[in-house]
Amino acid sequence: MSIGLEVRQLSKHYGAQRVVSDVSLSVPNGEFVCFLGPSGCGKTTLLRMIAGLEVPSAGRILMNHQDITDTPVHQRNFAMVFQALALFPFLNVEENIAYSLRFRTINAQQRHEMVRDLLALIRLPDIGQRRIDQLSGGQRQRVAIARALAQEPMLFLLDEPLSALDAKLRDHMQVELRQLQQKLHITTVLVTHDQREAMSLADTLVVMADGRIQQIGSPTQIYRQPANRFVASFIGRSNLIDAQVEDRWRVNVGRASIGPLSVPRDLPAGAGVTLAVRPEDVRVLTAGDTTPNCLPGRVTFVRDVGNEIELRIDCDGREIIAATSPAAWAALSSTIHGVGSIGVLLPPESCHLLSS
Amino acid sequence: MKRARLSLLLLWPGLVTLSLTVVPVLLLLRISLAPQDPSAPWGTGVSSEAYASLLAADSLRSLGRSLELALSVALISLGAGFPLAYCITRMRRRVQVLWLVFLLATLTLSDVLIAFSWQVLLSKRIGLSKLLVALGLMDQPDSLAPSVGGVIGCLVYLVIPFTVLTLYPSLSQLDRGLIEAARTLGAPAWRSFTSVVIPLTRVPAVIAFVLSAVLTLGSFVPPLALGRPEHWPMSVLIGNAALAGHNLPRASAMSVLLLLVTALLAWGAAQTLRRRAA
Repeated sequence: MSIGLEVRQLSKHYGAQRVVSDVSLSVPNGEFVCFLGPSGCGKTTLLRMIAGLEVPSAGRILMNHQDITDTPVHQRNFAMVFQALALFPFLNVEENIAYSLRFRTINAQQRHEMVRDLLALIRLPDIGQRRIDQLSGGQRQRVAIARALAQEPMLFLLDEPLSALDAKLRDHMQVELRQLQQKLHITTVLVTHDQREAMSLADTLVVMADGRIQQIGSPTQIYRQPANRFVASFIGRSNLIDAQVEDRWRVNVGRASIGPLSVPRDLPAGAGVTLAVRPEDVRVLTAGDTTPNCLPGRVTFVRDVGNEIELRIDCDGREIIAATSPAAWAALSSTIHGVGSIGVLLPPESCHLLSS
Repeated sequence: MKRARLSLLLLWPGLVTLSLTVVPVLLLLRISLAPQDPSAPWGTGVSSEAYASLLAADSLRSLGRSLELALSVALISLGAGFPLAYCITRMRRRVQVLWLVFLLATLTLSDVLIAFSWQVLLSKRIGLSKLLVALGLMDQPDSLAPSVGGVIGCLVYLVIPFTVLTLYPSLSQLDRGLIEAARTLGAPAWRSFTSVVIPLTRVPAVIAFVLSAVLTLGSFVPPLALGRPEHWPMSVLIGNAALAGHNLPRASAMSVLLLLVTALLAWGAAQTLRRRAA
């Protein structure tokens, strides 16, 4: 796939405050990329620089190998959907969608057809004459998307566009947005702080914190092989357990030895590392078990969230969270009744080593 | 019952204002229907003489001049006040406050003082023309007043704070996201202004326009001090008829006419706003 958008060493600072620091990334044409990070991590500023709404302090932005860093916003032909949607309240739906066509030579007939096609695309063919304040949240969302797409943009930018919707509608719109993007095969960048949204939409995730990129990768890569503690804790739930290197293949957690793992060559025995394990990968067994990779622990808290049971387990002062199925927990709790002492199995194949 | 009493309690400023408006207007109507009699200025009996005199050419001409003056002053102050208000909203908070305080401060000056200051400003010996000569824009110093330009300039100065202060709230609350959206949709900066900012501020702009026009219709000292008799709008004729001519019925009749014109202006503005909103 050819490279569409390319960002080289982009930075933005306001006085001494660095909002975006030295960000480089590229987005192949037709791909869906999500910038993911907590609020204030610089993801929106990065998006706004790409759109041309902010002037970078340093670095270049390229689109299809052309440097567009100094191209004014209106000449970039990038569509943007804003968090607040920014639909024009003084125009009806049809006029909103047709707004960008004012700046193109196009006759009334073509214009009418384009608006009709876009309304069909967002599956709201009959709302053309409505005022914006007569639309529901989901309808506004779709009209904002249609308005952005009317200019047949090279790049589709979305700044937390679904954050104002309720959970159910948001899920629905995520699917719709993804289908639309795949149908049009349009290069898309979406900014969100919602990791579930990012995971379900993106081909590639760009995880950001403190104005810097923490990791770039597919959702599976980021979930399974987080690059650092921040990514491991921000993406899904993770147990971050302090451990010491034992040898090339094993680490020690307390008195237990966990392995086989692939310990980086440059770490000597005794070096501190962090073991990242997802709660759903942690297995719980009856106490006294002498299984390898197992820590003794006591259940301190049980939370029933319906489809799974979340256990908080105290293992010699370390808190480990395990998620288990209701059936497995029912079987286990009947054997340990009252005592609460269990064994915690950390399967090496699900453990990921992070340097501390 | 309790609610009614409470509303009455809260309504009193409105009721006072209403009575202070209604009573003089009723008096005005009564006097306008009186025959002209310098010995009995409050009039006895009924006559349509004063209204008939409004149909005379000089009365109609002065009404025309009033409207011309009101519309040009309103147009100029909107044309200059809108960009000014827009610029102020984009300044730093503290500078904004300074500007607003300055504009409010100019309102504390009486229009008499301002009109006579403009007379000095436009005079031959120490006024603006000296500066224009120094800049090479004029051959020799000349008196710039009395003139229509002087009248309009002074009136614009008087009403522009009202224009800016009327526009400021809505311009400062303007959703900048809408302008950015327009820009990303391909609008050059000036088109984002004409296609987004102007439609969004249409209501306060019309209100500011009507306000300036109405204030100008009622202006007395500036046209008197800075204009020639042939420039005088109806408001000056009213003053002269009442004060110098002792012709209260005629002054009252002209006032009633001006009142109707003002009402018509406000009604027209309301109609434009309603039609565009639908």
